[in-house]
Amino acid sequence: MHLWYSLVDLVLPFEWMQYAFMKNALLGVLLVTPIFGLLGTMIVNNKMAFFSDSLGHSALTGIAIGVILGIKNPVWSILFFSVLITIAILFVKEANTASTDTIIGVFSSTAVALGIVILSRNGGFNKYSGYLIGDLLSISPSDLLTLGIVFVLVILLWVVMFNKLLLSSMNQSLARSRGISVKLYEYLFTIMMAVIVTISIQWVGILIISSLLIIPAASSRNIAKNMRQYHIYSVLIAVVSGLAGLILSYFWGTATGATIVLITSGFFALTFVVKLRLG
Amino acid sequence: MKHPKCANSESKTCACTLCCTKINNFGVKRSGIEILKNVNLHIHCGDLTAIIGPNGAGKSTLLKAVLGEISHTGELQFLDANNKGTTRPSIGYVPQKLDLDSSSPTSVLDLFAAAHTNIPIWFTYPKKIRERVIESLTRTHGEHLINKRLGELSGGELQRVLLALALDPIPHLLLLDEPVSGIDQKGLELFYQTVAILRKSYDLSIILVSHDLNLVAEYADRVAFVNNKTIECCGTPQEVFSNAKVIQTFGLDWSNRFRKDEKDRVANAFMV
Repeated sequence: MHLWYSLVDLVLPFEWMQYAFMKNALLGVLLVTPIFGLLGTMIVNNKMAFFSDSLGHSALTGIAIGVILGIKNPVWSILFFSVLITIAILFVKEANTASTDTIIGVFSSTAVALGIVILSRNGGFNKYSGYLIGDLLSISPSDLLTLGIVFVLVILLWVVMFNKLLLSSMNQSLARSRGISVKLYEYLFTIMMAVIVTISIQWVGILIISSLLIIPAASSRNIAKNMRQYHIYSVLIAVVSGLAGLILSYFWGTATGATIVLITSGFFALTFVVKLRLG
Repeated sequence: MKHPKCANSESKTCACTLCCTKINNFGVKRSGIEILKNVNLHIHCGDLTAIIGPNGAGKSTLLKAVLGEISHTGELQFLDANNKGTTRPSIGYVPQKLDLDSSSPTSVLDLFAAAHTNIPIWFTYPKKIRERVIESLTRTHGEHLINKRLGELSGGELQRVLLALALDPIPHLLLLDEPVSGIDQKGLELFYQTVAILRKSYDLSIILVSHDLNLVAEYADRVAFVNNKTIECCGTPQEVFSNAKVIQTFGLDWSNRFRKDEKDRVANAFMV
C-alpha cells in the first residue's frame, strides 16, 4: 500500500488526494470499474439487466442472514445467498414454466421482502440503510486485497471463456454443434456476476449497483460497431465515470456510487446523441 | 393408408459404397411425454434429405436430438466408405436465427473469430483469421459482409453467413433449419442453389428442415414426412408428395399444383 500511496502523491499532488481514504477509494475505483465495464457488455447483450438488478436486491437477504448468524463481515453471507438465488433462477428458468422476466421478478421481490422482514425486526432497519447507498470512501486496504484478487480472477476467466460465452448467447444449438458446453458457461458467467455484485455492494450500494454494470455497456453499444470497440468504450466510460464521480463526490459531499452512476448516465445521453447524428 | 413405396424403417446395413450417416431408432421424451419415437433415417454422402411436416410435429426436436442438445434413445452412426468407424459425425448446423437484437455490436468477423479461436475477440483477432473468414464466406458468396454487424444483415444474407460458418470446417453432416419467415423468395432460391452446388463439391450429407414445398420438390433427393411423432413416409419427392397423408396435411391444392408443375416440366423437357 505504501507504494501506491507514494505513487498517488507523485502523480496527483492535489490537496484532496492527501487523505488515505481517498487514495484507497481511488484504487478501489480503478479495480472495480473495469470489471463492471467488461461484464456489462455481456449482461446487456444477453438482456440480463433485470437479472443483475435482482442480484443486487438479493444482497439484502444476504445481509439479513449474516446478521442472524452473527457474522461480522456480511460479504460471505451475501455471496452465499447471491449464488444460491442465481442457481435457483437458472434452475427454474430451465423448467420453462414462465417467462424469465417473471421468474426473476418473483425471486427478486421475495429476496427483498425477506431481507426487510428480518432486518426490520424490532424496528432496527435504519442501522442497515447504509447498504442501500454504499460508502466507497470507507474501503479498507484488506477490502482492496480481496478486490484485487477478484479483479485478476475475473480478467482471467473473461479471457478464457468470452468467445464460447458469446457463441452460446447467440444460439445454443449452434454453440452445441461446435462442442461448447452451453450450461457450464451460463452458470460460470452468472456466478461471476453474483461474485462481483456481492463484493462491491457495500461500496456502491444496493439501489444503484446494477446501473453501474449496465449503463457503461449500454452507452458503448450506441457507438460500437464490433465487439472490440464495444469492450474498449465500455471499460473507458466506466473508468472515466468512476474517477470523475469520486472527485466530484468529494467536492460536493455526495454519495460516491450515485455520483458515478449519474456521470455514466451523462455518457449514455452523449453517445445516444452521437448515434442519432451518425444515423 | 400407407403408400406402398414408403419405407418407414430402413434396412440396418449400409449398402452404399460411399460414407453414410444413420439415425437408428431415435426416440425423444420430454417431461414424460413422448415427442418422437422409432425414427429411422439413412443419409448417403451427397444426399439432400428434406424433412417436412406440420407445425409441432417434432422436426426441430429431431434436429436438436441429432445435435445432441436434447437427450434421446437410439443411436446416431457415421460410417465411412469402408463401412467402418462408427465415430460421432462432425456436424455443421445452420440455425433458423440468432438470439440477438439488431443493435448488437457483433460483426460477422466477430462471429467467426469467436467460433474458431480461443483468443478473446475483445482483446485482439489472430492474424490469419481474416483470410480464413473471407475464404469461408466466399463459398456462400458473402465475402463482402465480413465487417458488417449481424443485425444489419438481411434474412438471406444472415443465412449465407451462418451456412459459411457451418461449413468451416467441412462437416460430415450438415443440418439446416430453414427460417419460417424473413427471407424473400429470391433469397431462398439463391440459398438452395448455393446448398446444391456445395453439396456436390464437398460430398455433404444434408438434413434440411424446410417449409417451402416447391423448393423441396426441386432440390431434395429424398423427403421425410414427420407426423404423429415419427417419420410416416420417406422416399423421393414424387413418392412422398403423392402420399395420401401428405396430401391431406398440406392440402390438395398444393399437391395438384405440384403435379401440374411436374407435367409442365416434363412437357417442357420434351420440347427442348
